[in-house]
Amino acid sequence: MSTPSPADPAPTGPAPAGTASVGPAPHGATALATPVLELSGIVKSYGQVQALRGAALTVYPGEVVALVGDNGAGKSTTIKVISGVIQPDAGEIRVDGRPVTIPDPIAARRLGIETVYQDLALAPDLDPAENLFLGREIMRPGLLGKLGFLDRKAMRAKADEAFGSLGVGIQDTAAQVVTMSGGQRQGIAVGRAVNWADRVLLMDEPTAALGVVQTERVGQLIQRVRSSGVAVVLISHNLPFVFEYADRIEVLRLGQRVARLSGATATSENVLGAMTGALTFEDASDPALTPADSEEQS
Amino acid sequence: MTPGTEVKSAPAGPGEDGPRPLRSAALAAAWRNMKGTRSLALVVLLVLLAVFGAAYPDNFLTAYNLRSVAIEAASYCVLAIGMTFVMTTGGIDLSVGSVLIFSGVVGVKVMSALGGEGPLTLFAGLVTTMATGLAWGVLNGLLVTKAKLPPLIATLATLSAAGGGALVLTNGLDLRGVPDSLVSGLGFGRFLGIPYTVWLAIGLTIAGAIVLGLTRFGTYTRTIGSNVEAARRAGVAVDRHLIKVYALCGLLAGIAAYVNLARFSTTTVGGHTGDNLQAIVATVLGGTSLFGGVGSVLGTAFGSLIPAVLSNGLVIIGLQPFWQQVAVGAVLAGVVYVDHVNRRRRTLR
Ligand SMILES: Nc1ncnc2c1ncn2[C@@H]1O[C@H](COP(=O)(O)OP(=O)(O)OP(=O)(O)O)[C@@H](O)[C@H]1O
Ligand SMILES: [Mg+2]
Repeated sequence: MSTPSPADPAPTGPAPAGTASVGPAPHGATALATPVLELSGIVKSYGQVQALRGAALTVYPGEVVALVGDNGAGKSTTIKVISGVIQPDAGEIRVDGRPVTIPDPIAARRLGIETVYQDLALAPDLDPAENLFLGREIMRPGLLGKLGFLDRKAMRAKADEAFGSLGVGIQDTAAQVVTMSGGQRQGIAVGRAVNWADRVLLMDEPTAALGVVQTERVGQLIQRVRSSGVAVVLISHNLPFVFEYADRIEVLRLGQRVARLSGATATSENVLGAMTGALTFEDASDPALTPADSEEQS
Repeated sequence: MTPGTEVKSAPAGPGEDGPRPLRSAALAAAWRNMKGTRSLALVVLLVLLAVFGAAYPDNFLTAYNLRSVAIEAASYCVLAIGMTFVMTTGGIDLSVGSVLIFSGVVGVKVMSALGGEGPLTLFAGLVTTMATGLAWGVLNGLLVTKAKLPPLIATLATLSAAGGGALVLTNGLDLRGVPDSLVSGLGFGRFLGIPYTVWLAIGLTIAGAIVLGLTRFGTYTRTIGSNVEAARRAGVAVDRHLIKVYALCGLLAGIAAYVNLARFSTTTVGGHTGDNLQAIVATVLGGTSLFGGVGSVLGTAFGSLIPAVLSNGLVIIGLQPFWQQVAVGAVLAGVVYVDHVNRRRRTLR
């Protein structure tokens, strides 16, 4: 899946050599791989507000990267740039080493990128199956399908199967989403993204509304997605959850990446320090801790 | 038809996992979309029929009278089907009455120019009224999506423009020249005792219900009304879809214009000022949410009977027909209030 693009055989990412101890990914093999997704120098302004000021993000194949940062750091904005919901003012996005533009959500989908949005982006008056298949409905075979008729039976059956296998507890997949609890809705949004993602899964606070058990279940889902070879970008304010499931942590502060930590060596002090700006990593001799962007911003 | 009992037998809420015999998932979903205020429309309708029928059976329950009620309702219904799609997207179309008149004027002009009573002339008239209505609908859609006007303002503008345009084209005087064959055919013709115009409304209702309930077009219509951002992020071409929906509403207003010519054999440039309100009332009574996301064409068909029954029944009772407008206003406020409360209760869960 992550065959390096012939156009770009030698990506100049964070030099993997010499970082074996705190390499970007725990799997030795992927440490040398081309990032499946790489953002650099992303700028996005809303009027006077600069949401992203040269933000960066690196995601290696088959890893879970946590993107953490304070409220308003630009995490959701970064996610929306990747999923084609908004267009950056400047910057570069590479997928498997190849520069891409993601002008709309369909482009992101074609790249195998799926998103759990912070606001879930569900249609509350539709049922879970309709939400699951939104934008990629199953049509009836033959003429009826050409006329725009949906194969609701097939969609319903596949939805039952998908949500069932993902452990999303929905009693009645024919009920409107609006009648469901916040946790169930989040489960539907997560299930939808997991079901379709085949390269990168972006999750913007997927556990915000979840109880302990459901949070655990999302964690297991993340692990399952990773083991299927799909990389996960996880945004969460729940640091214990991040520490449990992330292979690496990238810290965003005021629209810039300020630290990249390996999950194995990161401590809450490090992460919190980077989030609040109390700690800077300029002096870090450890390349994994180096804010790769510090040169770009000056 | 025994709709009242059917409504009761449809179990509500997520607990309904009992036997669902003979009903495909599609029908069940369609049914679910119709519940809520639609049952209210049926209750109101049955009460009205019962009251008027019991009070003046000799006047109200005659074939002649019921037929004229059905013809009146059929006219509202055609407009209200388009309104149902528009309102399901969370929009509104105030211009339908004016578009109807404008399209009728253009249709009469074309038919007069062609002359004669032949089927070709009639067909040309139909195509013209439909195309004119469609054009106004597309304009509404462009104003809403490209100019980003709120639907209320956009269609208020075209309400004024189309109404004024019709007066300009006619110098404010109704046009003659509707072929007699149209009036005697579509206008007064019957099949199995039921007027053609009522058959037309029934056919359009069935088609509309199928489109809204069973097709991708219908799903996108509901999605946009439910959460337009979710639709966008799922890759739905929201603007294009909205233009189509407003175009459909205009097209149906064009069809209604043709029916109007057949019924009154003239352009009625001074009338139809309340048509938009009637269509909105029929739609909302039928269970379509003013807030979008939920719509039912079948409910709309029932809903469009209510204003017609009201105006007819009030006249028979001996009240001034103007009371109908008062009653319609009251019913509209009441139903939207119920819808609003329902919505709030649902989202507060
Ligand atoms: N549509 C918008 N219009 C104006 N400003 C915006 C918009 N979206 C985001 N911003 C601003 O951009 C900045 C970053 O927002 P973003 O939502 O990306 O933060 P976040 O890191 O996801 O925060 P949180 O943890 O609270 O979700 C904030 O200052 C926010 O006010
Ligand atoms: Mg956010």
